[in-house]
Amino acid sequence: MPIYLPIAELPVNIFIILGLGIAVGFISGMFGIGGGFLMTPLLILFGIPPAVAVASVPAHMAAASVSGTFTYWRKHLVDYGLALVLLSGALLGTASGVWLFALLRRAGQLELFISLAYVALLSIVGVLMTVESIRAIIRTWRGTPPILRRPGTHAWFHGLPLKLRFRQSRIYVSAIPVTVIGFVTGFIGAMMGVGGGFMLIPALIYLMRVPTTVSIATSLMLTLMTMLVAIVLHSVENRSVDIVLALVLMIGGVFGAQFGVRAGQAIRAEQLRLLLGLMVIAVGVRVAGGLINQPAELFSVVPQDVWQ
Amino acid sequence: MIRLWIRRFLPTALAFCLLVLAHQPSYAQKLVTSVSTHRVLINSNFSGTELVLFGAIDEAAGAQIGTYNVVVTVRGPARSFVTRQKSRILGLWVNAQSREFYQVPSYLAVMTNRLPAEIGTPDMLRKNRIGLVNHMFTQQISTDVADVTQEDPFRAAFLRVKSNDGSYRADPNGVTFLTPRLFRASVPIPGTAQTGNYEVETLLIANGNVVAKQQTAIEVVKTGLEAVIATEAREHSFFYGLGTALLALITGLIATLLFRQE
Repeated sequence: MPIYLPIAELPVNIFIILGLGIAVGFISGMFGIGGGFLMTPLLILFGIPPAVAVASVPAHMAAASVSGTFTYWRKHLVDYGLALVLLSGALLGTASGVWLFALLRRAGQLELFISLAYVALLSIVGVLMTVESIRAIIRTWRGTPPILRRPGTHAWFHGLPLKLRFRQSRIYVSAIPVTVIGFVTGFIGAMMGVGGGFMLIPALIYLMRVPTTVSIATSLMLTLMTMLVAIVLHSVENRSVDIVLALVLMIGGVFGAQFGVRAGQAIRAEQLRLLLGLMVIAVGVRVAGGLINQPAELFSVVPQDVWQ
Repeated sequence: MIRLWIRRFLPTALAFCLLVLAHQPSYAQKLVTSVSTHRVLINSNFSGTELVLFGAIDEAAGAQIGTYNVVVTVRGPARSFVTRQKSRILGLWVNAQSREFYQVPSYLAVMTNRLPAEIGTPDMLRKNRIGLVNHMFTQQISTDVADVTQEDPFRAAFLRVKSNDGSYRADPNGVTFLTPRLFRASVPIPGTAQTGNYEVETLLIANGNVVAKQQTAIEVVKTGLEAVIATEAREHSFFYGLGTALLALITGLIATLLFRQE
C-alpha cells in the first residue's frame, strides 16, 4: 500500500516503513538503545533523501524513549540535576549540529560527513563493546568474579572548578566535563540522527562513575529532551521533517520496542552486549564499503533549492 | 482611374494572397488535442498517475493524406539542480566536481510514434526541441548561463541520472495511431513529480516538417492533508516542529499506557 510523504515528496510502501519501525523498535527495546544509528542508514537505503531521514528519525526516537523515561521516572532513578547540566550542554550541541548539518548540505558534503562519522563512531563503539562483552563472557565461563575497578584516585577533570554535587548519582564533579559530554552527545545526535545514548551511558558509567541504573535513566531522559529539541530545530533550519514518515516510524517503533524488551530479558546481559557490538560493527562496515567501493554511478543530481 | 486600377489588379492580388495562404501548412492540417485531466491531485495515496492525450488530425479538403509523425512533449516546472561527480580522494569516493543546471525542467517526457531520428533532420529536431538531448540544459558557469555541447560529461550524466530515476523519459512508442488521423499518447506522471504547471506540447510532423502545433497545460497540486502539511512545514516551521514533537510524546504515552504491566 503506497503512502505519499509530503515533505520527502515521494510515495513509499507503508508496510516497509512500518516494518522498519517495528524491526528497529524491537532492537532498541532489546538492547535499551535508541536505534537511530540503524534507522537512518536503512531509510537512506530505501530511497528516503538523507536530509529527510536524519530530520525525521528523532521523532521516532523521542516516541520510543517516552515509555522507558516514564518507568524510570516513577522509580525515582533519574538524576534531575545531572540531566539539567547535561541538557544545557546537549542543547548547545544540538543547535551546533543542526547548523553544521545545514552548512554541509549546502556544500554538498553532507553525505560524506555522515558516512565518515558513522564509520568512525560505529567501529570504535562496536569494537569496544565486542571486546568488553567477550571478556565478560570468558570471565563468566571461568567462574571468576567481575573485576570492580573503583579506585579512589582522581581523574584530571576532578581538579576543574565549578564543582557540583549530584546526590542521586553520588558524585561530586565539576560542571565543565558534564557539559562537554552533553554537548558532544547533542552535537553527534543532531548531525547523525542518532540519540547518542550508546556514547552517553558509557561516558557516565566509566568517566563520571555514575551508578549504571541512574546512568541509563538519566540518559534516556536526556535522549527524549534532545530529540524533541532536534525535531523543532530541524523543522526550522532545514524544513525536512516529514511528519507522515515520522508517525509511521514511531507507531512501528513503540510496538516493536515492547516485544524487544521481552526478548532482551531472555538473553544474558553480556551476550546481549556482544550481539549489539557485532551489529554495530556490521553497520559500520556496510557504510565504509559505500565509501571505499567504486559506486556504479559516479554522478548524482540533487535539486538546488531543497533547503529554501 | 482608381477604379480601373482596382478592377485590373484586385483579382490578381486576391489570387496571390490565397496562393500564399494555401502554402502555409497550418491551414492544410489542423491538430485537435485533449488531455484526460488538467489537474493531477497528490493525495495521501498518490503513487504516480498516467496522463492520456488524444489527438485528431483535421485535414482541409483536398490536402493529401500523408504519413504523419507526432511528438508529444511534457515539460515540468523549471528547477535548478546540482550535478556532482564523485572522485577518489585518499581512497574514498567523495563528491568533488559539481555543476549547476539552472532552471531546467524538473520533469521531461518526449513521446513519439517512432525514433526521433526517423522523424526529421538533426537541425529540425534541435530547432523544435524534439528528444531529450535537444532540450536546453543551461549551466551556470561563473556569472554566465549557457548550454554546452551534447558531449559534455556533466550534461550527459544529468540526463542519464534523471532518466534512471524516471523523471526524464523518452518513448519512441509513446504515441499510437488508432486510425491514420487519430492518435493517443500516454504520459506517466511519477510519484516523485514536483507540484506546479506542466506544459504539454503536441507537434504534427509531415515530411520532416512541423505542420501543426498544439499547446496545453496541466497542473500538479497537493491536495487535502498533503497540502496542509507541506504548507505548514514551509510557512509555520516552528509550530510544525512543535506539533511533530508533541505527536511523538503522545504516541509514546499511548504506547506506555497500552503496554503497562502491573
